[in-house]
Amino acid sequence: MKGKIDENKLSEQNEIDQIVEKINSDPSELIHCLQIIQSKLGYISEYAVKAISKKLKISESDIFSVVTFYSQFSLKPKAKYEIQVCLGTACYVLGANKTLQKFEEKLGIKVGEQTADHKFELSKSRCLGCCGLAPVVSVNGKIYGKTTEDKVEEILKELV
Amino acid sequence: MTLKELETLREHRLKEIDARFNKNSNKKEIMVCSSTGCKSNNSDELIKVFKLEIEKNNLKNISVEHTGCFGLCALGPIVIVYPEGTFYCRVTPDGAKQIVNEHLVKGKVATNFLYDTTKPEQTTKNDVEFYKKQMFIARKGSEFINPDNILDYIALFGYTALYKALTTLTPSQVIEEVKLSGLRGRGGAGFPTGTKWELTAKEVAKQKYVVCNADEGDPGAFMDRSIIESDPHKIIEAMAIAGYAVGATQGFVYLRAEYPLAGERLERAIVEAKKYGLIGKNIFGTNFCFDLKIKYGAGAFVCGEETALMHSLEGKRGEPRTRPPYPAQSGVFGCPTVLNNVETYANIPEIINNGGLWYSKIGKGKSTGTKVFALSGKVKHTGLIELPMGSTLREIIFDIGGGIPNGKKFKAVQIGGPSGACLPEDKLDLPVTYDDLAENGAMMGSGGLIVLDEDSSMVEVAKFFLEFICDESCGKCTPCRIGNRRLLEILNKLLAGNGSMEDIDELETLSYFIKENSLCGLGQSSPNPVLSTLKYFRNEYEALIDKKHKLADKYVINKDKCIGCSACSRACPVKCISGEIKKPFEINQEKCIGCGNCQKICKFNAIEKV
Amino acid sequence: MAKVNLIIDGVNVEADSSDTILSAAKKAGIIIPTLCYLKDINCDGACRVCVVECKGKKNLITACNTPVSDGMEIETCNPKVLEARKTNIELLLSNHNKNCLTCGKNLNCKLQQYSYEFGCEEGKINGVKNNYELDLSSPCIVRDNNKCILCGRCVQVCKNIQATSAIQKQKRGFNTMIDCAFDKPINESNCVGCGQCVLVCPTGALLEKSNIKKVMEFLSNPKNVVIAQVAPSVRVAINEEFGYPIGTFNEGKLVTALKRIGFNKVFDVNVGADFTVIEESEELIERIKTNTLIPQFSSCCPAWVKYVKLHYPNYVKNLSTCKSPNEMLGAVIKNYYAKQNNIPLENIKVVAIMPCTAKKMEIEDDEDVDAVLTTRELATFIKYKNLSFTHLLETQFDNPLGHYSGAGLIFGATGGVTEAVLRTAVDKLTNKDNSNVDFKIVRQGDGIKETELNVDGITLKLCVVSGLKNAQTVMEQIASGKKHFHFVEVMACPGGCVNGGGQPFVDYTKYDYYQIAKMRAKGLYEFDAKLTDRKSHKNTFVTEIYDKFLLPNKLNHKLLHHEHKI
Repeated sequence: MKGKIDENKLSEQNEIDQIVEKINSDPSELIHCLQIIQSKLGYISEYAVKAISKKLKISESDIFSVVTFYSQFSLKPKAKYEIQVCLGTACYVLGANKTLQKFEEKLGIKVGEQTADHKFELSKSRCLGCCGLAPVVSVNGKIYGKTTEDKVEEILKELV
Repeated sequence: MTLKELETLREHRLKEIDARFNKNSNKKEIMVCSSTGCKSNNSDELIKVFKLEIEKNNLKNISVEHTGCFGLCALGPIVIVYPEGTFYCRVTPDGAKQIVNEHLVKGKVATNFLYDTTKPEQTTKNDVEFYKKQMFIARKGSEFINPDNILDYIALFGYTALYKALTTLTPSQVIEEVKLSGLRGRGGAGFPTGTKWELTAKEVAKQKYVVCNADEGDPGAFMDRSIIESDPHKIIEAMAIAGYAVGATQGFVYLRAEYPLAGERLERAIVEAKKYGLIGKNIFGTNFCFDLKIKYGAGAFVCGEETALMHSLEGKRGEPRTRPPYPAQSGVFGCPTVLNNVETYANIPEIINNGGLWYSKIGKGKSTGTKVFALSGKVKHTGLIELPMGSTLREIIFDIGGGIPNGKKFKAVQIGGPSGACLPEDKLDLPVTYDDLAENGAMMGSGGLIVLDEDSSMVEVAKFFLEFICDESCGKCTPCRIGNRRLLEILNKLLAGNGSMEDIDELETLSYFIKENSLCGLGQSSPNPVLSTLKYFRNEYEALIDKKHKLADKYVINKDKCIGCSACSRACPVKCISGEIKKPFEINQEKCIGCGNCQKICKFNAIEKV
Repeated sequence: MAKVNLIIDGVNVEADSSDTILSAAKKAGIIIPTLCYLKDINCDGACRVCVVECKGKKNLITACNTPVSDGMEIETCNPKVLEARKTNIELLLSNHNKNCLTCGKNLNCKLQQYSYEFGCEEGKINGVKNNYELDLSSPCIVRDNNKCILCGRCVQVCKNIQATSAIQKQKRGFNTMIDCAFDKPINESNCVGCGQCVLVCPTGALLEKSNIKKVMEFLSNPKNVVIAQVAPSVRVAINEEFGYPIGTFNEGKLVTALKRIGFNKVFDVNVGADFTVIEESEELIERIKTNTLIPQFSSCCPAWVKYVKLHYPNYVKNLSTCKSPNEMLGAVIKNYYAKQNNIPLENIKVVAIMPCTAKKMEIEDDEDVDAVLTTRELATFIKYKNLSFTHLLETQFDNPLGHYSGAGLIFGATGGVTEAVLRTAVDKLTNKDNSNVDFKIVRQGDGIKETELNVDGITLKLCVVSGLKNAQTVMEQIASGKKHFHFVEVMACPGGCVNGGGQPFVDYTKYDYYQIAKMRAKGLYEFDAKLTDRKSHKNTFVTEIYDKFLLPNKLNHKLLHHEHKI
């Protein structure tokens, strides 16, 4: 098992090295670089920060400062399914809170947490711009419109 | 690219898409809305089904295209069949089959997918109530073009404004047209666009930038998303015009990460535009060079503020800074920068082509042109609405929006997002202009309108926005970072029934402090939801207190003993005692909190506890 | 410079077009309170304490970074502004650990001062407070985020002045905090311990790690012989803690105070500096003659040594192998003085009084110095011992390690090490006792000072650096081959040790950050000019120890040099 973890880590590190190599050595590329790593690996690791620090000649704490400022970046690996419940005004007005609570109930976790098997992660999202379909839930970027609390089980069944 | 080449491309493409404009065309076209809203309602599936059914039925001369947004998101997926212009909504995959088999094969309109199924004779978009009062400038052309095909944009006279600007107008003449139009920033602040460009053009610098704020963080706003997804070339053209006007050779579109489809379409459009030489080096054979790049936001609402946006563009924390210096003098990488909202840019090609004077005649007073509103919440027709400035809220919400569903009563409309205000029923006839709104303690904002009905708690709405602000505050300045947090804590205290009248006063005082002392626009406008709900719905706040004090002691003035000295009135912490000097005073039982101060101070034993 | 006319509090003010409202007001004798502002270093307008009302503007504006314009009408203390300032401080207090009575910044804290001056009300604004763990990991600095007001000064200094960026703002909103990457404790970051962050912090969020208790334990054991050794920069700063003007030079009271506290002997690190000069000049001459390991970098600043190890490991070999004066004196005390006076090693304790926080890190690898107290800690200790400093009579440092040369004294100023080394090296190279000992060309550097000196046919290329950002600039020039020097002196603290992280706190609303070093250095140079003994190699106390002890036993290299381990 440890061998497998090390293998994964190594392949992750290789991927990070490749991404960082291709980036321009321009400090203004920091967010772009982090976004590529976030989208490919699902999180920003210490290794990634160190690699970027060397390439862009920005200090690690400056990079970490940017990583922790923006909601898009995660310091922990993401779960298989990232369930984001939109809590924009329109969705809120149409009961998004109840949808969120239902997810919490069915998954047995609170907002911001992952299930023990790392299959599901529940988070609040800012307005996704689909207010015409409120309340909206996004799963790994796929939009589910009109997801009132009665639709929660349906979505979970589909994912499982 | 020369003008001749552009015109040739246009003519050729117009012939191909003849069905969209010519009722007598021998071609047919099915156009399916493919904006994020309809896409998430499976409009991609519809396109597949249409194509399959057309093949199955061996129909010729029929094409299926995906288009930009129709705006009527509540009734999506939307499909229009040309040349008849039959307007179908809520189309399902089965409905698509039906449309092919009935409409295309048999020539019979599939009436069950019409906007009003009870009026089968009303088949076109012009018959739809939702569109009747609308006027399209920023969103003009969205529904006619395939956003992934530059030729469609060219067919609708795309890039002619750029040509006109580069070859027949000087940069200052371009600025003059924009100034004449009276166009004001559509992002919320409403700063005159022409003036902004002029200030930037004045600066002498080796490098200048043109930036498009496509961060659209306001919850409830999705007009910018729609414009970019539907008509990305319009933005490219407008930014090139802006670059020419101010002397910038590089543009950036700062697009929020949560809009992947908009990003995809814009990236593709930029590649296409470069391929055709419409941006890049020596555009239209002139000396003007312009390049455009997309930079993605990373999830911070504060990056909608212009200085924060610029810091984010530079790869830093999205923290705003004080001004001066203004972006026109020192912006991205310290260079003079024009920063405008997507919708602002979307108006530019029309202004250049039709002239600033034409634009200035639309709208009301100093708010010229049109505004795109994103209507959502407790309203029948959620979606995008473009109207001349000066239209009233009633027109938007009731005439076009269809009013409140489920027989509920209108309570308030939230305008301007987290920086905005909640306006009550008696403000429904307010013309929507920058100045009229400002006079009523509100703000245009990006144009997001959230309708609230009788079931909405205004204090909860204020709390919702404040929670949002607390999450999104950058944390740099004390008033916003700590002040808003304290404000939220007071609101929570009130909602839990543990609040007092003093807490309501504190809410107000602290709100004004945050407004007047915060470093940036986010902080300065963050207390607006609290202040506006306090102004128009104070009773809801007070009701939260009365809940607790209903069990409290009450005091009554004995009229026979009271000599009207007013000592009790002055001692009352909630000012619920009133009267005329030398006449008996009275205690307002609704407001009395039972503290007993009045009884303690009365020298005449005129106050009794009940 | 164009002039601008504006009105502040009803007073007509003529300002320069480059003035801010703050600086223009100062010209008119109006001191607008500031909290996060630090001239040329931090001018963000983030704390909002310096807000003023400007006619025609609906919101209040910050005075520290708003430029003046003709016709501006400013009010700095009308009821609205005063109420705003008060509320601002009350908000900060609502998220602050208010244990002022036992806080190391008590009476020196700006937040505390303003709470009182602005008439803030206790408990007026209440709410949830952040609750952070203290970072006690570093031997030099203690971080307490529960007292941080997020002014950003420490971040700016660490990043822009010290090219280190060990700490930065993390997260956002109410949860914003100053921390190291990956929430690691500071001793796992690239912090060099210079303590500049402590100097500029307006509250008690950053303080030195106190060793007073440890020293009290030494003193309380009657078997111990506890020796104090005092750095050059302390005598020109400690007096400020007792009401004397900045830069007052007085070592007599300092020595008496140390004796009254209970130190058995009070020696002078200036003497250690004399040893350092003799060793380092010999080393330099040797390197120049053999053309090896040039440039030679000074090594008496531990923050600089750590910086080199972290960022320029290839140049570690260029560092002088000399120990710092502090370490050298400790070695001489433990190996020479202790033996001479039959004091068993386990009973002799050496306590260094330093202007520096990094020295606390330096002695972790050094057996000869047992504790370091900063100038500030000493002042606290003096007060704790009920001593009325101003009334103390003056006494002198104890010999044989109390008599110093002017060269050893000027180590505290930027350029001091270079000048001291030159006084000896020039004599050695010319084989003469040169009468000129003032090498003013290396003094008063503003961060990077390059000079050349012709000595006996050799053109010595010298570079005097203070502040690590400047060090970075020079290192890049050297590494890329753009510049060549024989000797580079680097002090991590801008202006030299007189502006060290352990020096008395200064009110930055009254003095500029860069001004202080110059004021204190002046005291050192003025005293040096009066001395007869101004060359290290002429200090007979030092030469006697060489002749009687170090040279015969061949211990000069073993005791006074060390290897720099990465």
